[in-house]
Amino acid sequence: MTQTTSTQVQVTETLDCSGLLCPLPVYKAGVVLNRLASGEVLELIATDPGSLEDVPAMARQRGDTVLSVIDEGTAHRFLIRKGTA
Amino acid sequence: MTAQPIEQSVPKRRRLAVVASKGTLDQAYPPLILASTAASLGWEAGIYFTFYGLDILHRKRYQKLKVASLANPSGPVQLPNLLGAIPGATAAATKVMRKWMKDARMPDVDEFIDMAQGMGVRFFACSTTMGVMGVDESDLIPGCDIAGAAAFLDYAADADVQLFV
Repeated sequence: MTQTTSTQVQVTETLDCSGLLCPLPVYKAGVVLNRLASGEVLELIATDPGSLEDVPAMARQRGDTVLSVIDEGTAHRFLIRKGTA
Repeated sequence: MTAQPIEQSVPKRRRLAVVASKGTLDQAYPPLILASTAASLGWEAGIYFTFYGLDILHRKRYQKLKVASLANPSGPVQLPNLLGAIPGATAAATKVMRKWMKDARMPDVDEFIDMAQGMGVRFFACSTTMGVMGVDESDLIPGCDIAGAAAFLDYAADADVQLFV
């Protein structure tokens, strides 16, 4: 998994899904991303091990972009930029 | 001279079509999880509730779905099949699964129904099941489309993913 730093990215909203299993991180992220404007960034924190595959898949399907994935041990921190769709 | 259809620049949304044919608590989750996830991905999603699966839409039954203790070797209460038939075994298996779900912070079936409908998932109630099992439209939760097999197949024919649970 590529890890990139993202100090220059402006986070619009943060969603903590720690302790929640699939499909809740994706579902809750979807609710927020539907509300955000194109180009805005969601910071998503998830501990479900499946989220490492699920979140990029969700972004790909939605037309959003995962800017970074930071592995913080049991938790994963994703920055997702909402696409134009 | 025939008019040419105007080229659509808007990409077609992907679509999921699921058949929910089982009315047990454990089998109610997969169609609801998959459809609400699909909707979260920006897809269209629809579930066709047929036969026992219609209980998931039945307003008097959907909060009382049970887990079978008989002929369910993977069930939450590990019993020899013979003991699975004793009174209370189904209730015990159901109780254990509800506790598993609660401890894992998984939503109840009724919460998943709200989540799915809130995301725009379409619920189709099988009209034949309603006729066979004596279920009236007023017995169903709000927001269901009553449909037969042809209507669901018409919907599923344009789906990118079709699943049967």
